[in-house]
Amino acid sequence: MEPQFLPAAIAAHAPALLVMIPLILSAPAAMITSGRVAWGMTVLGIGSALVLALEIFLATRAEGAVLSYAMGGWEPPLGIEFRIDALNAALLLLLGSTGLLTVLFAGPSVADEISRQKRSLFYSAFLICFAGLSGVASTGDAFNLFVFLEISSIATYAIIAMGWSKDRQALTASFNYLVMGTIGATFFVIGVGFIYMTTGTLNMADMGRAIADLNGNRAVEVGFAFILVGIGLKAALFPLHQWLPNAYAYAPNFVTTFLATTATKVAFYVIIRFSYDVFSIGTGFVTNAMIWVITPLAIAGMLVASTQALFQNNVRRLFAYSSVAQVGYMMLGLGMATSLGLSAGMLHLINHAMMKGALFMALGAFALSYGIRRIEDFKGLGQVMPVTSAAFTIGALSLVGVPFTVGFISKFYLIQAALDAGWWWAVAAILISSVIAVFYVYRILVAIWVTPLDEARKTSPKRVPLAIAVPLAVLAGANLVFGVWAEPIVDMARAAADAAIAAGVNP
Amino acid sequence: MLEILGDRFTFAVILVLMMVGLYAVIATGNLVKRMVGLSIFQTSVFLLYIATAKVTGGGPAIFDYSDLAAGTIPPDAVYANPLPHVLILTAIVVGVATLAMGLALVVRIREVYGTIEDDELSEIDHDDELKRGV
Repeated sequence: MEPQFLPAAIAAHAPALLVMIPLILSAPAAMITSGRVAWGMTVLGIGSALVLALEIFLATRAEGAVLSYAMGGWEPPLGIEFRIDALNAALLLLLGSTGLLTVLFAGPSVADEISRQKRSLFYSAFLICFAGLSGVASTGDAFNLFVFLEISSIATYAIIAMGWSKDRQALTASFNYLVMGTIGATFFVIGVGFIYMTTGTLNMADMGRAIADLNGNRAVEVGFAFILVGIGLKAALFPLHQWLPNAYAYAPNFVTTFLATTATKVAFYVIIRFSYDVFSIGTGFVTNAMIWVITPLAIAGMLVASTQALFQNNVRRLFAYSSVAQVGYMMLGLGMATSLGLSAGMLHLINHAMMKGALFMALGAFALSYGIRRIEDFKGLGQVMPVTSAAFTIGALSLVGVPFTVGFISKFYLIQAALDAGWWWAVAAILISSVIAVFYVYRILVAIWVTPLDEARKTSPKRVPLAIAVPLAVLAGANLVFGVWAEPIVDMARAAADAAIAAGVNP
Repeated sequence: MLEILGDRFTFAVILVLMMVGLYAVIATGNLVKRMVGLSIFQTSVFLLYIATAKVTGGGPAIFDYSDLAAGTIPPDAVYANPLPHVLILTAIVVGVATLAMGLALVVRIREVYGTIEDDELSEIDHDDELKRGV
């Protein structure tokens, strides 16, 4: 690849290094005893991943550019290939940037929630999780994708369970996620097995070519169904989302912030990759799956999960249900099976990371200062923690889709895409779901700003550390800046969608 | 029907194992038994891969050097496809890691809750939430 700003020797191996640096750093991070040093190493690891992701992003910016990296020098399709185009380059950039912001936030948050002896092990598991997610986002080999998926998932189960010191329910939440996640991953392997049996290849681009030549084969179609269900579980596609609310509600604050901004997004990317590239979206079979399976589930998710969010008192669980609803918006874009729809879905994927990042990070700051998580406890917080509350409010307004926030931009494009496809009922569903979002956000905002302050909270709070204040401000600011100056994000989403569709037409 | 069963006996066995595993995951309330079910389910998928790789009469893909004059495999050679075997070796490692992680969680759940029965756990969780007023 053409080096952009890094030295050529590093740039040439950027796709491999992006995964390897966090993975290798996880070993020494587990061995040292100081949590602070382990945190430093994590920041270093994720920071370098961000730099490499930026390099890759710039290298794949040209239209139709595909970066192929032969792992270990074994040429694809026999060897394992890392294949990056505008679609996964955007995802890697998102992973790196939100990853770095949440890791900065992790320092004080983890120090508060996790016992001293466990901190370095925690960071080690997190690095493995990050490496796994970047691996899923960059690999071009279907079985390799499964391995990376499980690497990240197993590490995720561990770091979710670490929330048990604050609330023991983290353990059962993590166990349920483990059972569901493993079934999902195994379904994915069954699906890949069916496709491998029929096409004789594991390279995803090669599979795409072979499947296009087959012209409809029942075994391959069954494989697609298995993959859709398996990854749908990981992506929390309604009604396969049962693991998510408790996992998000009881995991350490940092883990929730990271998962909400990245994990389901990566699974969503895998669905795009398989339905648009490995299976071509033009074929009647895949289009039918999108319109008759994905779209109804997406709309059901938007409405049902938003309604469930209304009845939650635990704020983190409330936003977890809202996340399921937001996955519905992304899936709706995907389900339209048009270029406009897919780019609206990608746009919402990026924007949702910004809103939920800001929201969960602000919740983390509240938890750090007062150790609270129920709506009743938020009474009058706006008076004692005005800046954090303001950042939270920006995230919440963005979630609803108020103009001049990113949430408005993604809903605008989503509605435009739905109208373009002639789906007025999808527009109605988006609007209804947004109105429900107004209600659940309203409850919290009223508690924060309007209700008088609790006597118990009159004592001035712990100052929010800089490591939380800065990333929170960046995320909240991004919600506003990209809400007004939307071109860069919209262009990125459009390029990603075009790359996905182009790769499907001529793999 | 019987003919199909005779021809595809391996697949019938795999299917039965798969259903037994999934059923155990869903039906039992005991967390350890749930992990056992999960392992059976995964193992059935391993068998699925291996069954497709095996060719009647085929051995491992190892050839006598004297046959490999031009560096090619003799055209009439019959051998099992090694790739699925390698894949499944990896999948077994993943499965073991998942099992270890799951059992570690079960041990911790037993320590913290004093039970590993799902219905009792949900009851305790529910009581916890009521106590905290969540």
